[in-house]
Parts: sequence; structure tokens; C-alpha cells
Amino acid sequence: MEQLALLNVGLKHFLFVAATLFAFGTYTVLTRKNAVGVLMGVELILNAANINLVAFAHYVTGTVGGQVFALFVIVIAAAEAAIALAIVLSIFQNFQTIDATHADLMKN
Amino acid sequence: MDPIVQIFELIRLSDQVFFAFATLAVLGAAGTALSKNLVYSAFSLLGSLFGVAALFAWLSADYLSITQVIVYVGGILVLFLFAVMLTNKITEVRGSNPGVGERPAALISLSLFGLLAYVAVKTPWKTLPEQTYRETTASIGDALLSTYLLPFEILSVVILAALVGAVIMARKEMKA
Repeated sequence: MEQLALLNVGLKHFLFVAATLFAFGTYTVLTRKNAVGVLMGVELILNAANINLVAFAHYVTGTVGGQVFALFVIVIAAAEAAIALAIVLSIFQNFQTIDATHADLMKN
Repeated sequence: MDPIVQIFELIRLSDQVFFAFATLAVLGAAGTALSKNLVYSAFSLLGSLFGVAALFAWLSADYLSITQVIVYVGGILVLFLFAVMLTNKITEVRGSNPGVGERPAALISLSLFGLLAYVAVKTPWKTLPEQTYRETTASIGDALLSTYLLPFEILSVVILAALVGAVIMARKEMKA
């Protein structure tokens, strides 16, 4: 039974899942050239933070404070997605591409 | 008996559910990060967000779980798909999603993951002796209108400003 202690789900499992999501999100943000792809990475990172908030609320504090903040994060993410996609559409109208490496009008 | 089946029977049913949805969330994230097609990336993100919603339900955050499905899957993801469709030429069906600098990015994200996993495993977290599974919707409502009233109101102004700003920025006649 001892070697199965790893399979008893606890706080650490959720932190581990959140760390995985965060790493994939960072990788997406760093590598994508497509601006919409970069935004998807941001959503992954925000979701990783949300898992941590809710897991700590459930396992450590036992109150709803963490869930309320996760709710705030979801609302901020919605606002961010709306603004960022408006910016992406605007970039597409000006550059005819959403390749983030080509939008370099202010370079030099 | 088959050893794999034996191990499977030793895991509690709730933990099996956790592992299933955690796998869904992680595989979806991997698909989002590694897919070469932007539309496939968007649909992998759908799976990942759905897995996270299920994990919220596992953590007795029922209201948050439903909100996650409605706001992310019903709202943000549809917005993403619209952006993908609007910014690709109709003839270009592939919806390409090229990458740049994969190797240093993999190094950075792997080391971040290692750091976070190390902290998560090594820290002696002070967990509660027992976790209760109860519905939290009513207490979230109470908290929003008492303890967190000011951030709640500020957030409503923020989202109004974001909506107006998005409309202004996405309009065609930008140059006044």
C-alpha cells in the first residue's frame, strides 16, 4: 500500500498539473509567431494560476476566498481576450498578417 | 489477476476521475503548445479548459466550474475561432501556426516546470485535516457582496471599459 501513496490525490497533484499547464503556456507564448497562438498560451497560464488558487482554497484555507479570486481572474481573462483580439484584428488590417515578428513598425 | 487491474482497483474512484481529467487538461495543453495548425490548437485548448473545469468541480468549486465552461468554452474560445477565421485568407485552409526559437523556449519552460514541481513536492504544506465537499455557490455570492464588494464593483467598470475599448479598436475607421 505504501508505494500507492503517490496515487492518493492531494494538494501536490493539483500543483503538479498547474505547473505542467504553466510550462506549456510559457512555451506557447515564447514560440508562437501567430498572435492568436500567443493569446492561447496566456489563457493556459491564467488557467494554471486558477487551479492553484482553487486547490489552495480547498486544501489549505477551507474558505471561498480563493474561488472568488479565481472568478476575478476569469473575468480579467475575458476582458483581456476581447481587447487583445481587437488589437490583433487592427494589426491584421494594417499589416495584412498577424505574424507577431512582422509587426515591427516602431523598431529602430 | 492481471497486475494492472489490481493496481487500478486500489485507486479510489474519485482519484481515477481526477487522473482522467488531469490527463485531459495536460494533453490539451500539450496540443495547444505543439500543434502546427492554429485551428487544432484552438480545439486542444477546448479540451484543456474543459479538463480544468472538471478539476474545479473535483475541488468543490461547482460555481466556478460552470463559469469556466460558460465563459471560456462558450465565450473566449468562440472569440479565438472567430479571430482565426477573420485573420486567415479563406483560401489558406491550413491556418498555419509557425514557431520560432523552440529550443531556448523549451529550456526556459522546462526549468520553470522543474522549479514549480520541486517547490510543490518539497514544501510541507499545512493542509486541513479533512476536506469537506460542499456546494460553494451561496457563499461565493455572500463573499462577493460583502468582503469583496469593492473589487467586484471595480471589475464591473473594468469589463465595461474593455468592451468599449474593444469595439473602438476593432472598428475599421481607426484614423480620425
